[in-house]
Amino acid sequence: MDAIYKLIQHYAPKIPDLLALALAVLLPIAIVMGVFLTVFALLTWVERKALGRIQNRRGPNRVGPVGLFQPVADGLKLLTKEDIVPAAADKVVHFLAPVLTVVPAFMVLAVVPVAKGFVPVDLNIGVLFALAVSTGSVLALFMAGWASRNKFSLLGAMRSVAQVVSYEVPMVMAAVVILMAAGTLSSVGIVEAQRGLAGWFVFKPWGLVAFVIFQLCAMAEVARTPFDLPEAESEIVAGYHTEYSGFKFALFQMGEYVAAITMGGITVTMFLGGYLGPGSDLPKIGWLVSAGWFFAKLGIIVVINIWARGTWPRVRVDQLLGFAWKLLLPLALVNIVAMAIWHFASNKLVGWGASAVVLAVAIVALVKINTGQTFEKRSYRFIS
Amino acid sequence: MSTIETQMLEVSLGPQHPSTHGVFRMDVVLDGEYVVKLKPVMGYLHRNHEQIGEKMTWLGSMPYTDRLDYFCSMTNNWAYALSVEKMAGIKVPERAEYIRVIMAELTRLLNHACAVGFLLSDCGAWFTPVLYALRERERILDFFETVSGARMMCNYMRFGGVRVDLDEQSLAMARAIVARWPAFLDEFEKLMTENEVLLARTQRVGILPRELAINASVSGPVARASGVAYDIRKVDKYGVYDRFDFRVPVGETGDTFDRFMIRILEMRESVKILHQALRDIPSGPCIAPESKLRGFKVPAGDGYGRIESPKGELGFYLVSEGGAKPYRYHVRPPSFVNLTILEDMCLGHKVADAIIILGSIDIVLGEVDR
Repeated sequence: MDAIYKLIQHYAPKIPDLLALALAVLLPIAIVMGVFLTVFALLTWVERKALGRIQNRRGPNRVGPVGLFQPVADGLKLLTKEDIVPAAADKVVHFLAPVLTVVPAFMVLAVVPVAKGFVPVDLNIGVLFALAVSTGSVLALFMAGWASRNKFSLLGAMRSVAQVVSYEVPMVMAAVVILMAAGTLSSVGIVEAQRGLAGWFVFKPWGLVAFVIFQLCAMAEVARTPFDLPEAESEIVAGYHTEYSGFKFALFQMGEYVAAITMGGITVTMFLGGYLGPGSDLPKIGWLVSAGWFFAKLGIIVVINIWARGTWPRVRVDQLLGFAWKLLLPLALVNIVAMAIWHFASNKLVGWGASAVVLAVAIVALVKINTGQTFEKRSYRFIS
Repeated sequence: MSTIETQMLEVSLGPQHPSTHGVFRMDVVLDGEYVVKLKPVMGYLHRNHEQIGEKMTWLGSMPYTDRLDYFCSMTNNWAYALSVEKMAGIKVPERAEYIRVIMAELTRLLNHACAVGFLLSDCGAWFTPVLYALRERERILDFFETVSGARMMCNYMRFGGVRVDLDEQSLAMARAIVARWPAFLDEFEKLMTENEVLLARTQRVGILPRELAINASVSGPVARASGVAYDIRKVDKYGVYDRFDFRVPVGETGDTFDRFMIRILEMRESVKILHQALRDIPSGPCIAPESKLRGFKVPAGDGYGRIESPKGELGFYLVSEGGAKPYRYHVRPPSFVNLTILEDMCLGHKVADAIIILGSIDIVLGEVDR
């Protein structure tokens, strides 16, 4: 923001100060919104195509080349559909809920460094901001479920609150490790702390564990399979957005997808070195290369999400919450200890070994404790 | 300290619901997520099937039986034909019996494949398993189409045999399907039966005790999963089933996982039967020469014929006054009877479990409501 302000002042000193400031604020917002809305549209296409391939289908292939304009057609269709509000619904809250899902999803983008030297706002509490704002979407889900006056919606809302609140805890605990390592809450600072050969945090034992926890929590937070209970189609029809149609429904979908993208962006920033990569520091084209790296890494995260969706059944609600509180949270806490060991170890090798051993023991122990319901090996009689 | 009053939540799952497998309705009372009470409500697809059967000629009902369990028209045809043949004393030629076995076992394959696929869909596996199953089902439907002219509503069997003979080409087609099936099953099992989420969702969920299964006269894979070693192919040995070497898998726990596994094991046994039937099929007429299509009458009396349909015991109870139509035409549908124990299986489980328990019973509403 400051950089753009300075650029404007430098190249066009005649522009009034206020206008320059407004431009400096609005330009990054426009860029981010534009880029990520395009990514969102593309993502719906990629997801449908990939799911189609997983399921022996072709996926969308009617609109435009290889179905690329399918998102446009979907958008038009949803825009022209009748907007139905249930007679018994709380109209104001019912209207506000879809808006509220989209807003936090986009707000998080404000602190995601997309390319070298390009982050809309380099907040010094960037990660905290991202985690705090992304939780806000749960309010919208609950508003939607409550205002619809539909039992399926209510069940979905109930589940989503339980889910998001539970998974928020291990998620923050996993993020703590990264903050300890980077020594800053600023997202740019975290990326810069991952410089160097194999400097990405995911390449450290504690970083890997934190990455897995964070990724699982992120999937739960944006309600992706196998944690898609709030909108479990086979159980509660469509969960909290059962009573939404037309563009409000589209907004819910958009909120969900954008949240998935931003969560992926934060994961990339915190664990996969953000925009860093070979060539990201080149003088003139460094920003382009680094943006390429960022989106490539984001793509990998997104593909993992789609892959999980196409192949996994859904867990039950008690299993879901048990997984968060009994496995992920203790593991995240142990992970903090491992990080501390790493930090105070006399040399790198000792730190590596000690933290890896602590984590391995913790994982084995936790898995052992948590297999209360051991899977039975069944045998079957045959009569002839 | 004041206590917060809580209320039970009454939810009507269905008749418009993505996973009640048709227009079935479950009135569920929930305590949070737990099912406290469950009332199955049937009848949304009532089509007056039995009354229509009494107004039609004997053979005229044959196409209607296709619509009972619309996944398995072949076995429905067979059960009806078997009952009428029993009453009229028609002897079915060898070749027709073999063709019937082939058709019935292929039907079992497609029904079980889809049943386990849809069960996983109910678990939330986003249609991937069911689409794998449907891919294989297509081959069988193509085969049915080449033989009978219709994919699902085959209307293939006649009293005393089958309508069209199988030529060498269609036999080769059937052999190709059967040869391919074990590979599909292996793939399916590799992808699914060791999936931890699936195990966690299905094991010890919806247990049907052996006594209850017997008392409620549950049949088919649901009963066998609960340890009731009862398969009409073995008990009655109708058709030529006594000539084939096959085994009947029987479970112990009777939970959703067992019902899932029993179906997969049964498919493997069906493949065995098909191999033998396609190998041994004799030549000869495909319909009894004395069988009449027009002016067909059944001597006065009553009769009950039953077969092991993929879903359980499918029986037809018919009363004849010696005329061109049945006096009484009654269907004993397996899905309907198996559905009666739904509440006993679901109580105390979560609403998500109720869905997969319903899926594991494998109902088709055309048969439940008739």
